[in-house]
Amino acid sequence: MKQFQYVRPANQQGVLAAIAQPGTKIIAGGSNLVDLMKHGVMSPDKLVDINKLPLRNISGTAGGLHIGALALNSQVAEDQQVKNKFPLLSQALNAGASAQLRNMATVGGNMMQRTRCPYFYDTTMPCNKRAPGTGCGAKEGFNRMHAIFGFSDKCIAVHPSDMCVALAALDATVTIQGRKGTRQLKFTDFHRLPGTTPELDNNLAKDELITGVDIPNNNFAQHSYYLKVRDRASYAFALISVAAALDIQNGIIRDARLAMGGVAHKPWRLTAAEQLLKGKPATVANFEQAAQVAMQGAKAFKDNAFKLQMAPASITEALTHAAGLA
Amino acid sequence: MEDQNKGFEAEDALQPKDNPRRDFLKKSSLLTAVALTPGVAIKAAENHLDEKVAAVFEKLSLDITVNGTAHNLSIEPRVTLLDLLREQLHLTGTKKGCDYGQCGACTVHVDEHRVNSCLTLAMMVDGKKVTTIEGLAKGEQLHPMQEAFIKHDGFQCGYCTPGQIMSAVACIREGHANSEGEIREYMSGNICRCGAYPNIVNAIQEVKNGGQQV
Repeated sequence: MKQFQYVRPANQQGVLAAIAQPGTKIIAGGSNLVDLMKHGVMSPDKLVDINKLPLRNISGTAGGLHIGALALNSQVAEDQQVKNKFPLLSQALNAGASAQLRNMATVGGNMMQRTRCPYFYDTTMPCNKRAPGTGCGAKEGFNRMHAIFGFSDKCIAVHPSDMCVALAALDATVTIQGRKGTRQLKFTDFHRLPGTTPELDNNLAKDELITGVDIPNNNFAQHSYYLKVRDRASYAFALISVAAALDIQNGIIRDARLAMGGVAHKPWRLTAAEQLLKGKPATVANFEQAAQVAMQGAKAFKDNAFKLQMAPASITEALTHAAGLA
Repeated sequence: MEDQNKGFEAEDALQPKDNPRRDFLKKSSLLTAVALTPGVAIKAAENHLDEKVAAVFEKLSLDITVNGTAHNLSIEPRVTLLDLLREQLHLTGTKKGCDYGQCGACTVHVDEHRVNSCLTLAMMVDGKKVTTIEGLAKGEQLHPMQEAFIKHDGFQCGYCTPGQIMSAVACIREGHANSEGEIREYMSGNICRCGAYPNIVNAIQEVKNGGQQV
């Protein structure tokens, strides 16, 4: 690991001043960043430890729930308010990583984690995300884990988070603090598609800090399900994951939220499928139809064609579980 | 990651005393030190302790309590908790398996939470309490989980065992040891290449069902 300096500012002002300097990087839990630094994928000159900031609270608000950026993944997953109001988020968090890593990883850090594309991690390989202009090793390489939606010529990597798939489905917003003030972004606008600049995972500026996430109240708590399909039963990244949330009254779907993980450079919201389900009876046949609509525009590479079948089957299964028909 | 000081020591042993490269390092370090001017650094450089000059700039103070003993240490920011425990405090019970957070052999408790010490920078546990496998037993009296692992043959080669036991204790304390399925899920961050999983689950279930204080 390259040598670096380490600072631990006492307050937000100190953090914002520190991260405005070139070569700096925020560290919160460090579960992904330290790994990347050991691999030589990231090599900041200075780490800015933000753990002194009072951003660990999970608190009810008039419109929903606020989760501080430094709340631990385990803390959020076990939180009674989260379990009661947004069980989808709790399920998604518990599907991710291991108990040890969930005790380290924060909400903000989870959002900022990098892809696990092996070409990104291997510094001897070309990768436009790690070293812009060097090419994409995955496109013609071993691309079993890679995207089927929203990829570009420059990058076919997927975002690895489970938590983010649930937050995208739950219409969350992200609060971001810069030196000039605060701004809010829809969660679905936080991460970005690779386009011609895959080195940028998201729309957070270098000198900005995520301070928290807000989830609005909804009527999905009774009918939600997070399905994660992976190579082993636990502690592996998703081949496909589906966050499904339904508002069902007398067998009719009043509203629906659907998002997928393991398929794109960002959590992939399935709005066309949501629209199709609205007003329809909650039946497996309708879920299958929604899954077909969701897959429109999907395109596979050499090794990940199985995702074209696995994804719609997963959508159907997640919706079936969410509706209580499994 | 290698211990920086060890590297210097090893190099010293191999270098003749009048090695010109060492002289250059000493002189260039002195120039750097003068330019940046902390008095202590200049003094170190005058004493031809070029490695110490580097140390003055790079090392940070760390207060940490490990298994009940308070330590005030001076460390490089890139030292992980795992390397600190093993290389500086000589607590070698905590094992380095993958060193990338994938195997769980390095599991310790930080303020009662189980974490992967290989991905934890030591500076980030400043002011916190760490418990390692060495801190579980009370003198000669083994912790119930240690007893149960022995009774149920919860290991073969034993390399993953300290991490498994630290994780198992936390698993019960967290309230995630209520069924075999739940134990397997919440122990999934600890890999055992020998495949002692069924016996590990049995050991955890015995401690959990025995209602002993963990």
